[in-house]
Amino acid sequence: MWEYTDKVKEHFLNPRNVGEIENPDGVAEVGSLACGDALKLTFKLDENKRIKDAKFKTFGCASAIASSSALTEMIKGMTVDEALKVTNQDIAQFLGGLPDEKMHCSVMGKQALEKAIENYRGAPALEPGAKIICECFGVTDKEIERAIRENNLATVEDVTNYTKAGGGCGNCQDAIAQILERVKAEAKPEVKPKLTNIQKIRLIEETIEREVRPSLKHDGGDIEIIDIIGNRVIVALRGACATCKASNITLKDFVEYRLRELVSPDINVEEAST
Amino acid sequence: MKTIYLDNNATTKVADEVLEAMLPYFNQLYGNPSSMHTFGGQVGQRIRDAREQVAALLGALPEEIVFTSCGTESDNAAIHSALATRPDKKHIVISRVEHPAIRALCTHLGTQGYKITELPVNKNGILDLENLEKSLTPDTAIVSLMWANNETGVIFPVEEAARMTHDRGILFHTDAVQATGKIPINMKNNVIDMLSISGHKLHAPKGIGVLYIRRGTKFSPFLIGGHQEKGRRGGTENTAGIIGLGKACELAAKNIGTENIRVKQLRDKLEQALLKAVPQSRVNGDIQHRLPNTTNISFEYVEGEAILLLMNELGICASSGSACTSGSLQPSHVLRAMGVPFTMAHGSIRFSLSVYNTEEEVDFVIEKMPAIIERLRGMSPFWNQGQQACTNQ
Repeated sequence: MWEYTDKVKEHFLNPRNVGEIENPDGVAEVGSLACGDALKLTFKLDENKRIKDAKFKTFGCASAIASSSALTEMIKGMTVDEALKVTNQDIAQFLGGLPDEKMHCSVMGKQALEKAIENYRGAPALEPGAKIICECFGVTDKEIERAIRENNLATVEDVTNYTKAGGGCGNCQDAIAQILERVKAEAKPEVKPKLTNIQKIRLIEETIEREVRPSLKHDGGDIEIIDIIGNRVIVALRGACATCKASNITLKDFVEYRLRELVSPDINVEEAST
Repeated sequence: MKTIYLDNNATTKVADEVLEAMLPYFNQLYGNPSSMHTFGGQVGQRIRDAREQVAALLGALPEEIVFTSCGTESDNAAIHSALATRPDKKHIVISRVEHPAIRALCTHLGTQGYKITELPVNKNGILDLENLEKSLTPDTAIVSLMWANNETGVIFPVEEAARMTHDRGILFHTDAVQATGKIPINMKNNVIDMLSISGHKLHAPKGIGVLYIRRGTKFSPFLIGGHQEKGRRGGTENTAGIIGLGKACELAAKNIGTENIRVKQLRDKLEQALLKAVPQSRVNGDIQHRLPNTTNISFEYVEGEAILLLMNELGICASSGSACTSGSLQPSHVLRAMGVPFTMAHGSIRFSLSVYNTEEEVDFVIEKMPAIIERLRGMSPFWNQGQQACTNQ
C-alpha cells in the first residue's frame, strides 16, 4: 500500500474543482488512457487577467486525482505568469509530499498547466526542437531535461518515477542515461547569493541546529557556537563529544563539511581553546 | 468498520482450528524434532502426522512431501534442482503469466546462460498445448506451468502438459499455490514431477510451504544444511507452521466439495450482479476453466488504485492489476499477456473469496461498487467520450 499523506487522501476523497469549464480561456489534455493516467485542465480568467476558476477531470490513481485537485486550488487567483512558476515540487509540497514512484502525477499537473497556458496564448503544443524520447508514454527530451533540472534527478529510475519515461518497453533507457549525463555536465556549480553577515550567522546557527546537533545528540554529545568571526566558526563540543578521541574528525569531516556545503565553501570550523 | 475480505488469493485468514493446533508448539512443545530426548522427539511424530495430512490432500505419499518456507522457495528449489540434476540441459519452458517466483527467477537464469521460452496465452488466458509441444527440445531441462493463475483464476491443463513433457523425458513442475485446496488434486492420476504449495493461501500461516517431489525424481537440495526433510531441505523445522499446514490441508480436504460450491455461487452472484449494474465492465479470463473463488473484472475508463482506495473506505479488500498498484508503470503482465487493452487493464479489480465469506458481505459489495465506479467515472475525462487517446501500445 502506498504511504499517502493525509492531505493526499483528503484531496482524493474530496477533490476540489472537478469538472470542465464551458468556454474556457485555456484548456489542455495530457496523458492517455493507455498510459494509465490523464488530466484535462480548463481555466477561466477574470477581468484583471487572474485565474478566476480552474477545473479538472482526471483518470488515474489517488495521487493523480489529488495532484489535480491541489493544482486547481493553487492556481486560482494567480496571473498566468504566476501560474507558470508553479512547479511539480510545489504541487507535491502542497500535498505534504508524494511517494517517489508517484512524483509523475505532480509532473502531469505541471504539464497540463503549461499546455493550458500555451493554449490560452496560442502557442504551439510541442516545445520547439523537442523530440519524443519515450515512445510508450510520449515523453520528450525537453520534458526529461526539465524534470532532471527541477528535481535534481540522478538516475534513470528517478527519471521514470518523475516522468514515466523509460517505464514501458524500456528501449529508451540508454537515451535517458545520455540526457542525464548531458544535463549533469551542463550543470554549473550553483552560485549562492552573497550573504550579509547577519544572514550568514543565522544560516550557520540554523544549519548547526538542524543538520548537526541531532546527530551529535544521538551519540550523547552536543555542540555550542562560541563565536563567529568572518568565515571562522568557533565551537565547543560538549557531552560525549568533549572527551571523544575522534572529535577532530567530527569537527572537520562533519560539522565543517556540512557548513561548507550549506552555508559557504569558505567556512573554517575551529574548536574553542579551553 | 467491518472488514470485508475479498483478497484471498493474496493471503487468507488462519483458520481457528489451525491456530489452535499450532499454539502448543510455540511455548509448550517447543522441542527440536531432531533431538534425542522425548521432549523434542515427540514433536517429530506430529510432523509425521502433518506430512500425512498434506499428502492426503494431494493424493501423494508422505515421503513425497518436503516442507519449505514458502511458495517462492518451493518454486526456486524445483527449478534449481532440475538444472542441477541435468547439468547438460540449458533450456527452460514457462508461460508468460507465471508468478514472479518463477518468472523473475527465469529472467535471472536467462542472464546466466540458460535459454527461456515463455509460452503465450490466448485472450482468455488459456494455454495452447500445441505451443508447448513445439517448444520442447532435447536441451529442455524442465517445464514449469502454474496450475491456476493468481490474477484471473484461469486453470491450465497441467496434467496433459505433464504427460506431454514426461513422454520426452523432461521434468515437469507446477506452481499449485492458488489451485491447492480450491480444486481437487490427485497426484496418483498424473505424472507431474514437482508441485509447489504455499500455506497462507489455504488458511495456514505465512512462512510455510511445500514442495512435492514425486518418488524416484532425482533431487538436489536448494537449502543445504542439516539432515532435515531427509536431506532435501536443511534448516530446523518450522514445527508450528508444519502442524498448522497439516491441519489446514485436513480442513481443505473436508471443505473442497461442499463449501466450494457455496463459494462458487457467491462468486458468480457477485460477478453477474456487477456486470449487470456497471456498464462497460467485463470479466478477464476464461469463465469455464477457472478457480471457483476468483473473478477479475475490468471497469473501463477508471483506474484500479483509485477504485481500491474508495473500496478501502468501506472496509472492502480486493486487489488490482493496474499499473499504479504494481509498483511499475505497466499494468499486470498477466492481463498484458492476454492482450487485454490497456484501457481495461488499468481498471481491473480482482475479487477472491474464501469459505469464510458470507452472502451479506457479497450483497454489501454489490450494493456499493456501482457508486464507486460512477464516482470515478464522473471525474474521468474519457467517460462519455469513449475514445482512446494514446495509440503507441
